[in-house]
Amino acid sequence: MSDLLLQVVQGLSLGAVYAGLALALVLVHRFTGIVNFAQGELAMLSTYVAWQLLDAGMPFWAALPVTLAVSVAGGMLVERLVIRRVEGGGELTLVAVTVGLLIFVNAAAGLVWSFAVRSFPNPFPAALGFGSAQSGFSALGVLGVVAVVMLALYVLFRHTGAGLIMRAVVADPVSARLAGIRVGRVLGLGWGLAAGVGAVAGVLVAPLLFLEPNMMGGVLVYALAAAVLGAFRDPVVTVAAGLGLGVAETLAGTYVGFVGADLKVAVPLLVIVAVLLLPRRAAETAPER
Amino acid sequence: MNIAERTGRRRLAVGWEAGDRRQVWPWPRLTLAVLAVAACAVPFLLNPYRVFQLTMVLVYGVALLGLNLVVGQSGQISLGHGAFLALGAYVPAVATGPLGLPHPVALPLSALLAFGLGLALGLPALRLRGVYLAVVTLAIAVVVPPVIKRFGAVTGGSMGLSVSAPSAPSWSGLADDQWLYLLVLAVAAVAFAAVRNLLGSRAGRALAAIRENPEAAEVLGVRIAAHRTLVFAWSAMYAGVAGTLYAWVVGFVSPDSFTVTLSIVLLAAAVVGGPDSPAGPLLGAIFMTFVPAAAQGAGDAVPGLVSGLVIILVVCAAPAGLAGLLRMAAGAVARRLGRE
Repeated sequence: MSDLLLQVVQGLSLGAVYAGLALALVLVHRFTGIVNFAQGELAMLSTYVAWQLLDAGMPFWAALPVTLAVSVAGGMLVERLVIRRVEGGGELTLVAVTVGLLIFVNAAAGLVWSFAVRSFPNPFPAALGFGSAQSGFSALGVLGVVAVVMLALYVLFRHTGAGLIMRAVVADPVSARLAGIRVGRVLGLGWGLAAGVGAVAGVLVAPLLFLEPNMMGGVLVYALAAAVLGAFRDPVVTVAAGLGLGVAETLAGTYVGFVGADLKVAVPLLVIVAVLLLPRRAAETAPER
Repeated sequence: MNIAERTGRRRLAVGWEAGDRRQVWPWPRLTLAVLAVAACAVPFLLNPYRVFQLTMVLVYGVALLGLNLVVGQSGQISLGHGAFLALGAYVPAVATGPLGLPHPVALPLSALLAFGLGLALGLPALRLRGVYLAVVTLAIAVVVPPVIKRFGAVTGGSMGLSVSAPSAPSWSGLADDQWLYLLVLAVAAVAFAAVRNLLGSRAGRALAAIRENPEAAEVLGVRIAAHRTLVFAWSAMYAGVAGTLYAWVVGFVSPDSFTVTLSIVLLAAAVVGGPDSPAGPLLGAIFMTFVPAAAQGAGDAVPGLVSGLVIILVVCAAPAGLAGLLRMAAGAVARRLGRE
């Protein structure tokens, strides 16, 4: 595999993780009109759950569904216990509450699992086992898993009764309530789904970044950038943006000497600022609630 | 019937006379005077560690005064004020160290630089609404430590730089930390007075109008973009000044002091203190300094756990922040004292 191609594939796999977390952000925003700054930390918590299961001797592909179930339940719990109390509050209230959640979850993970850095097993086998081909193979695996998640979401929203109910709630909560839908439960389910998608992103990125309570800080910024590109509403643009950011970051870090490994984080900042400033439209199709 | 006949006064009654019971604390001036005397007496009564802690409260208080301008007055959200704090902290580290400038230059210099950076960032930021500004400023906060490390030749990289603080003049007979406390107290007092004056001025009233109803303000001829940019720059200037004070008090700057966590905690402290109240910054700074210090003994993770919980509880239960709770308590005391 040529060097450039390998970089692109690795960028795509990182991008797929960003896209996953960004998709979780979009889900939460579509359902409850909140930009959830704690989304990355919830994903980190899910990753610790997965690590605990693996540590107890469970095989990876059995631990994943259990982790997802725990994450969905956790997301619904957070919505029920915290978010419902501030629903419809001002922007500052909503940002403050998710920021509080961020600090709390981060510290809780540190309390339970300590701040030590742990390695997380790579779920994809080194099948083609020669050097660079192995990382290429696991990158393709990450891409595949994220694609499956997106397909599952698409089927859920477009081709099931539950998906129809959720779309009804997103489109018009008041009418949905009048039609007998339990809006509160559906909003909780939205948070649960987002937590599940975020959990997938966390589990996939953990082998690359190592597992520690602060691991999702950088990923969250990329995911926010991708979600901003999709104006927090368009899943297709968001996913494409996530993939593009991953490739841009990897290539800039490798081939642009000035950027190097240190300044890679500046890539999403530049993208966010450029997107928000150039076309006036992007900022104005902003959060409507 | 004119006002004088109806009320027995020549001017229209305001405040308590007019039946406004919100301003409930009966002795505002006396309280302020007692507080001022107590604040001046602190370095002579308490041990050096407590003096250090209270100095940090004042430093963060100055930063929160600035952040409250953006959050409480302009109604915008910044998750990136740690960046301005970092700029302000590296100014004395570089200017009085390698460049050899005298100490008094550092404070106005960092104020000026932070104001400029705030203006430069405020120009694009004013076009962003609500949560988008929070996202952009969060990204800025994340980028700060890598940028500091990248330009290690100037900033000392991840090793950081040590900073020499202005030492007490010999005539005063004070220890250095006492002198520094009084210096920070003076700066904080000036900053507080400047914010009060700013809010009472034409610009302050324009800001209030923008926050309450942007469309109406614009119709009345308030230039929203100009005011928002300017207030962002003012706010950055306060954070820059606080950064310089921070560097003096701590005596050391490194990229690890200015991680994204600092910015996040600053916003949280602004919300907990009460973004729309004159007492808010002080209460927020007390929260920011003493909650981690008190919880530190119980383990690494406990301060974060307690802070996060306090933030969520305050947002859910007391949206006006600790200042709002204080106001309610003051009201209860005043009623007990029988002014009702």
